[in-house]
This record gives sequence, structure tokens and C-alpha cells, in this order.
Amino acid sequence: MIFGVDVASMLLGGVAAGMVLFIVSVGLSVTMGLMGFVNLAHGGFAMLGGYAIALAMRHWGIGFVVTAAVSAVLERLLYARLYGASELDQVLFTIGLVFMTIASVTLVIGPENQPLALPRILQGQLNLGFTHYRTYSVVLIVIGIVIVGGLWLAFERTRMGAQIRAAVDNRRMAESLGINIARLFTLTFAFGSGMAALGGGLGAEFLGLDPQYALKYLVYFLIVVAVGGLGRVTGVFDAALLIGVLDFVLKKYMPQGGTAFIYGLTILLLLWRPQGLFGAKSA
Amino acid sequence: MTRPAPGWADHPAALALAGRHRPRAWEPIPWILALAFYFVFPKHLGFGTEVLVTILFAISLDLVLGYAGIVTLGQAAFFGAGAYTVGMLAKHGIWNEPITGLILAALVAAAVGFGSGLVLLRTQGLTLLMLTLCTMALLEEAANLAHDYTGGFDGLDSLPIAPLFGRFEFNPLYPKTQYLYVLAVLFLCFVFVRTLVYSPFGQSLTGIRENMLRMHAVGAPVRRRLVLCYTLSAAIAGAAGGIWAQANAYVNLGTLGLDRAATVLIILVLGGYGRLYGAFIGAIAYMALSHFLSKVYPTAWQLGLGFLLVVIALFARNGILGIAEAAMRRFQSVRAPS
Repeated sequence: MIFGVDVASMLLGGVAAGMVLFIVSVGLSVTMGLMGFVNLAHGGFAMLGGYAIALAMRHWGIGFVVTAAVSAVLERLLYARLYGASELDQVLFTIGLVFMTIASVTLVIGPENQPLALPRILQGQLNLGFTHYRTYSVVLIVIGIVIVGGLWLAFERTRMGAQIRAAVDNRRMAESLGINIARLFTLTFAFGSGMAALGGGLGAEFLGLDPQYALKYLVYFLIVVAVGGLGRVTGVFDAALLIGVLDFVLKKYMPQGGTAFIYGLTILLLLWRPQGLFGAKSA
Repeated sequence: MTRPAPGWADHPAALALAGRHRPRAWEPIPWILALAFYFVFPKHLGFGTEVLVTILFAISLDLVLGYAGIVTLGQAAFFGAGAYTVGMLAKHGIWNEPITGLILAALVAAAVGFGSGLVLLRTQGLTLLMLTLCTMALLEEAANLAHDYTGGFDGLDSLPIAPLFGRFEFNPLYPKTQYLYVLAVLFLCFVFVRTLVYSPFGQSLTGIRENMLRMHAVGAPVRRRLVLCYTLSAAIAGAAGGIWAQANAYVNLGTLGLDRAATVLIILVLGGYGRLYGAFIGAIAYMALSHFLSKVYPTAWQLGLGFLLVVIALFARNGILGIAEAAMRRFQSVRAPS
């Protein structure tokens, strides 16, 4: 019985981490799938959100709005010029953005790790019946489930979602049907970056928050997207949960080789299914 | 069979094609400057050695990125493989003769490149980018884990490298030997790469970069050529890593990191990729800037570097050499009508 409780609490921790991974990565997946844009600056957006939360504690919405607005401006002014450019140019451009974000944050706020005080309500433990668990993680899971549900509905049941899916599947066809792709790009991009910011804010408590954040977790976000498949909300969700739980469990039982195992697994997965575990076969 | 029209070989286009590989008049200049540096700045030879190693590493990337068009974020995997080969052999007292050690480093890196290239180069685009990144991260983790052999996070220092030819000591404080040794290796590798890119093999790489589908259609063994190119490039990167470890007498996890891979990419793009000498210009410009600026204003340096990258990606896709070439063309076209 003790073992079962242990497993359950570990799963909960992993699922909470997976939720954060999902919230951050889903925007990346949609923008990469929709625009074919290799956006390495996505981690930077997540970091901005984390900082906004840390600075304006309890105003959870602020990070989302600010980052969404900033990224919409960036998208129109700069990113839009590079659609259809070579991957190399996109990689360079977004690495440049990451460097600028890191440097600006270091200049303005400082290089040290930002302490993040949780609001009183989120501290402490919650009785779940079979085990006690951190309120914060439980809240994270609930928020994650709400967001997944909302996104799924938005993706599958609204006109906008249908347009996005159409554009991911076949951009030219969608364009000839009169869908305003440019506007769709801007909206999706802003929304995706806003989601990254939200995830960055939500996860700041256990991911830590310092200027190197933007690069440190980028590989994880990219792995989630690559494994989940481009432009697939449910695929990214499954992949994020998988990676979150795996990472959590491996860190506990194999603190040494856990990370290496995830990298190795990703390589094998991508070789087996280059389009991602849950991506469409023909993509 | 129709014979070409008489005098076809004198046609300017034919002459340009046939003479593409011939050395230009200005090509000895960088080498003369590099030799002059040795005599003029004896106090800065450590910095000079670092620049030369970076040029060598950037050339290896130019071969895959600039000529074959493989966008990789994992080139440091081979640099690290070479560096750790030299480091581990020397530290554990197995082999510390520099030249054969360097060849071993190149061979090990080539083996890593061949093995990974064989599987990775089936993919393209984002998947390939991710796979190169993960391969490098995996190697870094492996080096971190095999603490007993690689020194883990601390790396291996005070490597006992034997004197070159049994006579010339590697002195970390007065890196005279290192400088000339690296310069010689750089020259050999450069001549090799230069010959390679002007050869029919190099031409087919350019063809693959420009239009892979068409190269398949004309019957070129695309994947075999890509793997071969990737392997050769890995060998050169491994030599760069090995020589870096020999010159500095130490090796650490940083040789395998994303930082190094991103830096060499930036350097190559700054100078201009796919043009051989871009690696030289980029490495000198970047290293000189970072050498002076990063010590005084480390944060502003990063900000400026980021800004530079954004500007290059948006406006100057061919780097410094590309700008210079465009300026030259404009200059010539202004003069030509008169």
C-alpha cells in the first residue's frame, strides 16, 4: 500500500511538471506547425512570463497579456519577414532574440535567481483522500486540465480552430479558400507566446527563474514538440505528460542518467517516426 | 557526336569554369598575416592560437552547412569527441604523442560522425535539427556520467602532452609551439577542404543543397554523399577539438555544449557561409570583439551579439564577405561602362 501511495504521489508530481511543459510547448507546436517557423526564442517568451509573474505576484493574467502583446508586435515587425526564409536564417534570428532577451533581463533585473513566494492559499498540503499532496501541484494539474479542455474545444469546435487546422494541413489550399493567413499567423503567434508566458509563470516555482532559463529548458520544449508532432494539441499534451512523468520518475530513481535517457529516447522516437509520435503520417 | 565549336575553350564562361579552383592572387595574404602575427604579437599568441582553432572548427561547419546545406546545431559533438579522445588518452597515460594523437582524435570524431550521420541524415528540417541537438546533448551527458574516465563536470586538466617531434614543448604560458602547430594543421585541413569543394564531389554537394530532388532525379547517390561529407566534416571538427585540448592541456564539458555549437554557427554566419574564407573573417571579427568587449561589458556584449544576429538574419544573409562581395560588384559595375 505504501508503495502504491508513493507511486501515486510521484505520478502527480510528474503530471504537474507535464502540465507546465504542455502549456509552454503547445504554442511552440502550433506556431512551428502552422508557419513552419523554427522558433528558438519560445523559451524566452516563457521566461518573460515567469518574470512578469514574479514581479507582479498574484496578477496571474499580466504575464499572458504583456507577452502576447509584445510577441504580436515582434511577429508583425520581424518574424513575418522571415516566413519562407531558410531554416538557418530562422534559427539565427531567434537565437539572436534569445541572446537579447537574456541580456536585457540581466541588465534590467539582474543575473541572480528570482525567489518566488507562493501565495498563502497555494502553500501547504491538500488531502486527496488516498494521499496528501502539495496544493500547488494539484492546482497546476487542475489548471492544466482546464487549459487542455479549453484548447481542445477551441481547436476542434470553433471556426478559428478549424482555420488553424486547415492551415497546418495545407497552407496553400487554406489560403485559396479565402482564409486570411497573415492575420491567423499573428493571432496564433501572439496566443502561443502568451501561453508560453503563462506556463513560464506557472512553472517558475519549480523550474527556477534566472536569465539562462530561456536556453536551459529550450531543449525540453523542443523535445516535447518534436515528439508530440507539429501543430497537434492532443499530441503535444500526451508528449508533455510522457516527458514530465518520465523526467520526474527518472530523476528520483536514476538521478545520474535520467536526462541522458530522455535524450536517447527522443533520438530513437524521432528516427522511428520523424513526424513525431502523434503527428500525422504524411506530414 | 558533335564537337564543340572551335575556340569554345577560350570562351569567358568556359575559362571561368575551368579556372574556378585556381588560387586567386590574394589568397596567400591571410597566411602571410597569420605568420606575421607570430612575430609581431609574441605576447598574444594564446589568443592567436584560440582564433586559429576556431577557424578550423568553423571550416568544418562550413563544409556541412555552407556546401551541403545540412543545418546542424550539434557540430560541437565532434569537437568534443576529438578533445576528449586526446584528453583521455593523455590523462590515463595511454598515448600522448601530439600528431598521432590528433589523427586518432579525427578518426574517433569521424567514427561518431559516420555512425550518427548514417541514421540522422535520413531526416530533414526540424527533425534533423532536433536530432543533431539531442545527439550532442547525449554525448555531453555521457561525458558527465563517465566521471571516472572523463573527469565529469570538472573535466581533465594538466594533460601531459609530449613535445612535438620529441623536441618542441607545449608551454601553456608561451604558446609559440602551439601557434605554429595549429597554423600548420589549419593550413593542411584548409587545402584539403578547398580541394574538396572544387572537386566534382563538392559540386554535387552544392547541387544537393540547392535542389535535393533534382539531384535524386539525375541519379546522384544523395544520401551516401551527405554521409561522407558529414563524416569528413566531423573528422575536421574532431581535429579542431583535439588540437584545442593539446594546446590548452585540458578538456571540459564545455567542448560538447550547445554554447560552443551556437558560437561556431554564429561565427560562420557572421563571416559568410559557403565561401571558405568566411570562417576566417567571422572567427577573427567575433573573437576580437568578444576578447575585448566581453571582459569589459559582458552583458552588453551578449545584447549586441543578439542584435547582430537579428540584423544578419534579416538583412545580410551572406555575412561580412557577402557584403564585401556586393560592394565589389557595385564598384565594378560603376567602373565598367566608362
